[in-house]
Amino acid sequence: MNWNRMLSEKIVSMPRSGIREFFDLVTGSKDIISLGVGEPDFVTPWNIREAAIFSLEKGHTTYTSNYGLESLRREIAKYVGKFFRIDYDPLHEILPTVGVSEAIDLALRCLLNPGDEVLYHEPCYVSYAPTVLMAGGVATPVETSIDDLFALNPAKLEAAITPRTKVLMLNFPTNPTGSIAPLETLRAIADICIRHDLFVLTDEIYSELRYDGIEHTSIAALPGMKERCLLLHGFSKAFAMTGFRLGYACGPRELIEQMVKIHSYTMICPTITSQEAAIEALRHGTPEMLEMRDSYHMRRDYIVKRFNDMGMDCHLPGGAFYTFPSVKRFGLSSRDFSLRLIREQKVAGVPGTAFGACGEGYLRCCYATAFNLLEKACDKMECFCEGLLREQA
Amino acid sequence: MTQESILKLLEEDARLSDEQIAARLGVAVEDVRAERAALEQDGKIVGYQAIVNDDAEGVAAFIEVRCTPERGGGFNRLAQRIARFREVRSCYLISGSFDLLVMVEAKTLYEVANFVSEKLASLEGVLSTATQFKLKTYKHNGLLFEEEPTHERLSVAP
Repeated sequence: MNWNRMLSEKIVSMPRSGIREFFDLVTGSKDIISLGVGEPDFVTPWNIREAAIFSLEKGHTTYTSNYGLESLRREIAKYVGKFFRIDYDPLHEILPTVGVSEAIDLALRCLLNPGDEVLYHEPCYVSYAPTVLMAGGVATPVETSIDDLFALNPAKLEAAITPRTKVLMLNFPTNPTGSIAPLETLRAIADICIRHDLFVLTDEIYSELRYDGIEHTSIAALPGMKERCLLLHGFSKAFAMTGFRLGYACGPRELIEQMVKIHSYTMICPTITSQEAAIEALRHGTPEMLEMRDSYHMRRDYIVKRFNDMGMDCHLPGGAFYTFPSVKRFGLSSRDFSLRLIREQKVAGVPGTAFGACGEGYLRCCYATAFNLLEKACDKMECFCEGLLREQA
Repeated sequence: MTQESILKLLEEDARLSDEQIAARLGVAVEDVRAERAALEQDGKIVGYQAIVNDDAEGVAAFIEVRCTPERGGGFNRLAQRIARFREVRSCYLISGSFDLLVMVEAKTLYEVANFVSEKLASLEGVLSTATQFKLKTYKHNGLLFEEEPTHERLSVAP
């Protein structure tokens, strides 16, 4: 077979995720403490799992409407109304999808014509640029830095806008930095989007995981923004339901209608089991979700203090379950630091460069790991950092 | 607030040292030491024990006890008399069709029977007893006894 002829050039030329190399490395090694995961360490709360089992017991094993179960959409509307303070019509403005990833894919395919530009802030989740590319768009990163605590700087955003810019992708709290956008920043970004007529895909999958008693605000809740925003959310992080693969998009009916078209030809619908489990999560899952959040909060405070004490400068991330400490002082690239850390101390973090070139000098460390393992990982990293500093001296 | 947080951590793992608790809560070790001492002093922390799966050894029984309350003291004096027996592992005052729920542990069925007939049922104030033997423990103090092997997450994920 002549695969050069057979395979799509667009896909073949697309780079593999920078995380892949580390996955292979860590999977092959034993006794590694991994801070490289991107999901909760909690098992889905039992009442939600039980609802999934009950759904199967009742024989609910069919397709649902392409729009998903109406009962789920009504619960989502209620939850989003209360949590984000934005009202969406459950019949026309909400679409349950197979994770937020599918919703992003659908939205970009519905919004972009060939050559349309999409802006997004880097470092960011690994799939944004490839998804834009697959949808025929041009992905343009706007770099963020520690100077803005990795929030998007409105002036840099505005400078990156061209006549072809159509969409802005946002992700606050951010994977991999744990950063949040302060309200004034969100307001400035909203103002820019209105002035330049940009549409916003706002991935707020980590929005419940906000710390220090600060409430989450969505850009979609700001004046004039609902009509130009697609709010993307789901169950994976807050309700520890990654394996259920369930997300949803809330936004203008005109866009949702087009998204349902592709969704009906590709996914058809998320599994009914997941949808029924999600209803239970929305109705009764909040107390346990808050307990999980408090547990992440305690771990965040611990790990950030340890990192700073051992010489890895680390800002206090306002959300998600990631820290993004700097390794610049140790004279190694992110990649070399990570490789040596795995080899010498059996602790895995992900080099910041896996999330964009401007992640150089940083490491993503996820603290959704049992406390005793976090303690051990920190002890080992401390030992590693001390060694590196001695090498330098 | 610190007391509440300390209790929460210790209820999950009683072996945590004051230093570990201080690091997790981001407070000074001296504060943890003082708060823990206060909790112990006030009787809020009654003790620290290992949770042992002893289903395979000995016999345990849950005994429902009906008794006559005393004027002035209610059930307290009788309950405390019962609770002091070496064989009694737990003792609760319960609402409903009986008054005290007494959990008894012994080496043999015979010992439990002896305890009930000779010590418990014969106490003044005890009207009746109903003994149920434990067959298997599934969960105790919030801990599942037969945890399924944990499902491993991918060690690196986006």
